[in-house]
Amino acid sequence: MIAYISRRLGVLFVILLGSSFILYNLAAISGDPLGDLRLSKEINAKQQIIALTRDLQLDVPPPLRYFLWLRGILGTFIGNPDFGLTRTSKPVIDEILVALPITIRLVTAATIIAIVLGITIGIVTALRQYSRFDYAMTFISFLLYSLPIFWVAVLLKEYLAIQFNTFLGEPTIALRWLIGLSVASGVFWAAIISGTRKRVFMIFGGVFIANFALLSFLSVTGWFANPSLGPIVLGILSVGVAYGVTQLSTGITNKAALRSSLAMAAYTVIAYYPIQWLFEMNSKALIYPAMIIVGFAVAVVVSLQFSKIDRGPIIRTSMISTFIMGLLVVIDQLMQTWKPYMESDAVYFRPIPTIGQVNALIEPGNFWISLLDALVHMFLPTLALLLISFAGYVRFSRGTLLEVLNQDYIRTARAKGLTERTVIMRHAFRNTMIPIATIIVVDFASIIGGAIITERIFGWIGMGTLFNQAINSFDLNLLMGVFLLTGFLAVSANLVADLLYSALDPRIRAGAGGK
Amino acid sequence: MLKRKRDKEVSITSGEQAIMNKETEGLSQSQIVLRRFVRHRAAMTSVFVLTFIVLAVFSALETKIGPVRIPGWWKFKYDELLDLRIQGCPEGIVGCPSLDVVPSFIDGTGMGLGRHPFGQDDIGHDYFSMVMRGAQRSLYVTVVIGFLGGTIGIIIGSISGYFRGWIDAALMRFTDFIITIPTIIIGSVVGFHFGNLGVGFLAFYLGLFAWTGLSRLVRGEFLKLRELEFVDAARVAGASNRRIIFKHILPNAIGVIIVSITLLMSGAILLETALSFLGFGVVAPDVSLGSLISQYQDSFTTRPWLFWWPGLLIITIALCINFIGDGLRDAFDPRQRRRLTKKDKVRAKVQARIAAASE
Repeated sequence: MIAYISRRLGVLFVILLGSSFILYNLAAISGDPLGDLRLSKEINAKQQIIALTRDLQLDVPPPLRYFLWLRGILGTFIGNPDFGLTRTSKPVIDEILVALPITIRLVTAATIIAIVLGITIGIVTALRQYSRFDYAMTFISFLLYSLPIFWVAVLLKEYLAIQFNTFLGEPTIALRWLIGLSVASGVFWAAIISGTRKRVFMIFGGVFIANFALLSFLSVTGWFANPSLGPIVLGILSVGVAYGVTQLSTGITNKAALRSSLAMAAYTVIAYYPIQWLFEMNSKALIYPAMIIVGFAVAVVVSLQFSKIDRGPIIRTSMISTFIMGLLVVIDQLMQTWKPYMESDAVYFRPIPTIGQVNALIEPGNFWISLLDALVHMFLPTLALLLISFAGYVRFSRGTLLEVLNQDYIRTARAKGLTERTVIMRHAFRNTMIPIATIIVVDFASIIGGAIITERIFGWIGMGTLFNQAINSFDLNLLMGVFLLTGFLAVSANLVADLLYSALDPRIRAGAGGK
Repeated sequence: MLKRKRDKEVSITSGEQAIMNKETEGLSQSQIVLRRFVRHRAAMTSVFVLTFIVLAVFSALETKIGPVRIPGWWKFKYDELLDLRIQGCPEGIVGCPSLDVVPSFIDGTGMGLGRHPFGQDDIGHDYFSMVMRGAQRSLYVTVVIGFLGGTIGIIIGSISGYFRGWIDAALMRFTDFIITIPTIIIGSVVGFHFGNLGVGFLAFYLGLFAWTGLSRLVRGEFLKLRELEFVDAARVAGASNRRIIFKHILPNAIGVIIVSITLLMSGAILLETALSFLGFGVVAPDVSLGSLISQYQDSFTTRPWLFWWPGLLIITIALCINFIGDGLRDAFDPRQRRRLTKKDKVRAKVQARIAAASE
C-alpha cells in the first residue's frame, strides 16, 4: 500500500512538473507583460520597465526562467517557499493565502448543500422510478444541467435580490403569491408521496390548506419582519427531528433510540432560555465550542441511560438528532438577529446584496450580526453554484442506487425478511455512497478553481479573480501560483478518490490493478 | 401481505421480460437500439427541436463558402446598422422586440413577427440576426469540439486499453497530464491571446484538450471487452490488431462512446459561452451566444430581451443534446426496461390467448 501511494505521488510530481513547464511557456509567449508600459507616455515608464524586468527576471528567456521559478517553488521542501512576485511587486503566496479562504467559503456551503439535497432527491427518484416525481425531477435536473451559470446569476440578482428585498422591506405576501406558493408545495408533496389518484388529491389539498394557513398567519402577524422560532415551535420541530432521524437511523421500533432522541428534544427546549442568556452575554468565543461539546456529551449520557445493549446505533441516533436540533437553535438565534440587522444603518431594509463578500459598514464585534451578514452575502452565489452542481448529484445517485437495487445481495436481504427500511438504508444506501464519495472528492477539488465565473459575477475576490487578473495583465508568477494550487488539488483529489474507493469497497484493492 | 405483493411483482417482471423478448425477436442490434430510441419521447422531441434550430440558424443569414454566396431567408445582416424602432415601445426605451404572440381578440393587435422580432441592440443592430449569428458560432464550436475530442479520445482510449502494458501507462499518464491543466485555463490563455485568429482556431484548440474523460471511459470498456471470447475467436482466426480494435471491439463499445460524446458536446456549448462571457472566447465584432449575454447583462432591467433570447437558445440547445444523450443511453443499455403501457399488457395477453388457443 505504501509502495503504491509513493509511486502515485512520484507520478503526480512528474506530471505537475511537466504541465507547469508547458503552461509557463504557453503563457509566456502569449503576451508581453511590459506591453502597456512600453506604450505609456509617463515620464517614469522607463524606470518602471527596468524595475519590473529586474523583479520578474524578464531578461531571462522563458524556458530558462521557468527553472528559476521552479527553484523558488522547490524551496517549499526546505521550508523556504518562493512563489515569486506579482506585477505589482507583492509576493504571490500572500495574494493566494488571502484569496483561498474566500473561495473555500464560497464553494463549501454550496457543495455540501448540493450533495445532501442532490443525494436525497436522487434516492427518492430511484425509489419512485417512473413516477411523476421521477419524470419531473429528471426534467428539472436536465434543465439545471443545461443552464449557463452567468445567466442564472443575472436572474437571481434581479428576482431574489432586488425584488425580494423590496418584499422584505414591506413583508406582507400578496394573495396571488400565497396561492402560487401553496399550489407549488402541494404539487411537490403530492408528487413525492404519490399513490392512487384519490390519495394524491387528498395530499395536495391538505398541504395546500396547511401552507396557505401558515403563510397567511405569518404574513398577518408580521413574522417576516421579526422572525423567530421560540421555544414552542423549536420543541415541535425537535420532536419531529427525533422521529425522523430515528426512523432513518435505526427504525422507529427501536424504543431506546426513539426515547433518547425525544429526551434530547426535551433537553433542547429546557436549555432554550439558558442558551439565550449565554448568547446575550456575547463574551468569549470559547463559549460556542463548549456549548457544542456539552450538547453532545448530554446526548451520549442520555442514550447510555436509555439503552442496555447494542448502544452504538442508539448513541449515533441521538448524536445526529442533537446536531440537527443544535442547528435549529442557531437558526432561531439568527432569526432573532434579523430585525436589528435589517434596521441597522449599514443595511437599511435592503438585506440581500448582489455583490461583495461582506458589508464593510457593519461594525465588527457582534458575532451574530457578522455571521448573519456573511450568510446573507453568501446567499446568491451559493444558490447559483448549488443550482448548477445539484443536478449532477441527482442523476448520479439515482443511477447508482438503481444499479445497486438490481444486485443479488439486495434480493438476498429482502428474501431473508429484512424490513424495507433496513434494505434501503443499510444495504442499498451504503453501497450507493461508495462511488458517490469518490466523485465528491474530485468535484470539490475542481470547483476551487472553477468558481471563476461565479466570483466575477458576484464580485468576490477569490482564486478565480486572481486567475482572471493574472491572465489579463500577463502576470506569469500569479498565474502559475494559482495553477499550481488548482492542479495539485485536482491530481491529489484523484489519488484520494482511488484510495477512498479501495478503503470503502473491499472488493477493490488499490495497487493490485497496477501490476 | 407484503410477501404476496412481491410475488406479484416477480410474475409481472417475468411477464414483462416475455413481452420484451417478443418485441426484439429477429431484429439486429442496431434495429433494436433504433426502436428503443424512437420510443424515447423526450429524446425524439429533442431531435426534432434541435434539427429545427440547426436548420433555422444556419439558413437565416447569408453564408459565404469561398466565392459562393448563399443568401439567407432573414432580411437583415448581423452587422447592419438600422434605424432604432421607437413606435410601440414603452416610454424612454428604443429597439424593443416587435414579436407579438398575443392574438388580436385579446389586445387588439394581431399576431406577427414585425420588423425586429427579437428587438434591437443599443445602436440599432437587428437582434434576431445577431442571435442567429451567435448560435451559428456556438454550434460550430460545439460540433468541432465534439468531433475532435471524440476522435482523439477514442484513439487514445482504445490503443491504451487494447495494448495495455507500458503503452497504456504512458498514454494514461499523458491523459493525467492534460487533466491537470484546467480547460478553462487553457481556453482563457488561448482565447485571450489568439482570440483574433477566429472562432475556428478556438474550437480546434479546445477540442485538443477535451478528450480526457472520454479516453478513460473507452480504455475501461476496452480492458473489459478484450478479455471476452469473441476477441479470442477473432485473434485465432488471424485478424490483425487494427481489425480487432475497429471491427470487433469498437462496435461493442459504441453505446458508451456516443453517450459520452453527447455529454462532451453539451459541456462544450456551455464552455464556449462561459469563455466568451469572460471575454476569452469569441471576440467582437463577431458574436456568440455567450458574448451576447456578457455584453448585455447589465441591461436586464431596462431591456430584458437582449438577455433572454441568447440565454433561452443556449438552454434549449444544451437541453436537447442532453436529452438525446439520455435517450441513446437507454437505447444502448441492454438491461434497460421500458415501462410497459396498458396497451402493451393487453396486447401481450391477447397474444398469449391466441397462442394457447392454437395449441
